[in-house]
Amino acid sequence: MSVGKIFKFHNDLDTDQIIPSQYLLLPSIEEMKAHAFESLDPEFPQKVKPGDFVVGGENFGCGSSREQAPGVLKALGVQAVVAKSFARIFYRNAINIGLPVIVCKELPDQVETGDEMELSMADGTAKAKGNTYPCTKLPPYMQQILNQGGLIPSLNEEVI
Amino acid sequence: MGQTVIEKILSRNTGSLVKPGDIVTVSVDRVMIDDIMMPFIVDKFHEMGFEKVWDPDKVVMIYDHLVPSSQQDDVRHYKVGDRFAKENGLEHVYRSDGICHQLMTEEGYVKPGDVVFGTDSHTTTYGCVGAFSTGIGYTEMAAILGTGTVWIKVPETIKIAIDGRLPDHVMSKDVILRIIGDLGADGATYKALEFCGTTVEQMSISSRMTMANMAIEAGAKCAVFTPDEKTAEYCGTVLGEWERSLSGDGDAVYDKVITYDARGFEPVMACPSQVDKIQPVRLLEGTAIDQVFIGSCTNGRLEDLQAAARVLKGKKVAPFVKLIVTPASRKVYEEACACGAVKTLVEAGAILTHPGCGLCCGRAGGILWDNEKVVATNNRNFLGRMGTSKVEIYLASPEVAAACAVAGKIVLP
Repeated sequence: MSVGKIFKFHNDLDTDQIIPSQYLLLPSIEEMKAHAFESLDPEFPQKVKPGDFVVGGENFGCGSSREQAPGVLKALGVQAVVAKSFARIFYRNAINIGLPVIVCKELPDQVETGDEMELSMADGTAKAKGNTYPCTKLPPYMQQILNQGGLIPSLNEEVI
Repeated sequence: MGQTVIEKILSRNTGSLVKPGDIVTVSVDRVMIDDIMMPFIVDKFHEMGFEKVWDPDKVVMIYDHLVPSSQQDDVRHYKVGDRFAKENGLEHVYRSDGICHQLMTEEGYVKPGDVVFGTDSHTTTYGCVGAFSTGIGYTEMAAILGTGTVWIKVPETIKIAIDGRLPDHVMSKDVILRIIGDLGADGATYKALEFCGTTVEQMSISSRMTMANMAIEAGAKCAVFTPDEKTAEYCGTVLGEWERSLSGDGDAVYDKVITYDARGFEPVMACPSQVDKIQPVRLLEGTAIDQVFIGSCTNGRLEDLQAAARVLKGKKVAPFVKLIVTPASRKVYEEACACGAVKTLVEAGAILTHPGCGLCCGRAGGILWDNEKVVATNNRNFLGRMGTSKVEIYLASPEVAAACAVAGKIVLP
């Protein structure tokens, strides 16, 4: 996979910060994405480029069940979210929409916003600042959903 | 080998002996869809190629976050929901009767041992009657609506045993806040919380509901209480042999067991802006406040309104402080009127609002502005949750919240 720039966030980052509730009624994810991380970094939607990474600490995506949270990150072209741990609903939602969520215990503390990284899901590694960090691989069932591009393509596959 | 409550529920549902870490496909007993997610679910449902929901009787649609409308877009959500209900013959639709989690249990849609999913993270609430219940996203809900099934990973269980009598002025809210503080915001991630002990046995279903509701704030997948006679009465059911067996076996394997002596609890608050940032109220006394909110799926029930009314009886809300009270459902509202609690609250200066999610989801009915402080009985104090990102939210019990409204600052009841 290609090299992307890191945008780093704190521990216990909740989904209200990823996409505040007042924007959840906008008609589409495309319209919501301009408000991603508005309370923490209002310029994030302009700065992030397709292929970039969001890096979090522990418990990334806690709080509300809003699927719009991984949705806006995917719509902005975020290649993957890499964090020390994830809140479970965010984790499921991300895989269901085909956004890779990668658990990596060491990398988040070693990088800052603006650093570059490279992810290899097949090897289960992330590279940044000249170091290679091991990542946890997904259970096969979830990896399969992700490989197929999310739950919808995956279900369609089953039906066929 | 023995089983935890959640392992028993999932074993029966799947017809196989499950253990933590297993990925299993469950048959869903009931789903709850709220108004915020409605159009997204319907879009995904059609995108997946489904035409009809798998079982209309198992689907409950509740309009609560957006009722009554405060913006033009809200109406679109009702319309999409109404059309979907008509096309699929859905009859369990609530358009202005209260908060989803309150209605799911109050209206009898969840029974002990059920497996239930909802498009809201506080779906953990239904563990109050001994069910497995958890929140999911809208794509996954669309898949359940088409298939009636979903995969889950069987969670490990953390057992929390609380014994003894709680001190005066301590409510179940203080208990769960303290537990979240001790576990941390991710202390129970992917896990089930199993509450037991004489303290929780003494609690009403409403009090248990407050605790199950907030389990997600420690990251839990679900929370569960053993069903008992109170549960049976609340659910209008009779417990069979299996439902009676829904307690953790002596030789069940737990991720960990945490024990509390009820006498050690005291009134506490979750301080801005993390739910696990717990402080005793006594250490926060004197902090000036601008508003108090008593309501939500966490603490908007009759016993909560009555607790507030007892504190406010014959007193007045402090000048410059707005006290907003939102009953969790129409039934709660009616009962609070009948018992005189509403009269007491209104005479004290409270603003009574319609049942619904209201201020808790930050959309209407008391939105706060920069540098204001609010004491609130709901479940989240995240940045920007009830107004701008410079609002400070302190989470507390209804009794503490009412005392603060009278004093105009943080005080002990």
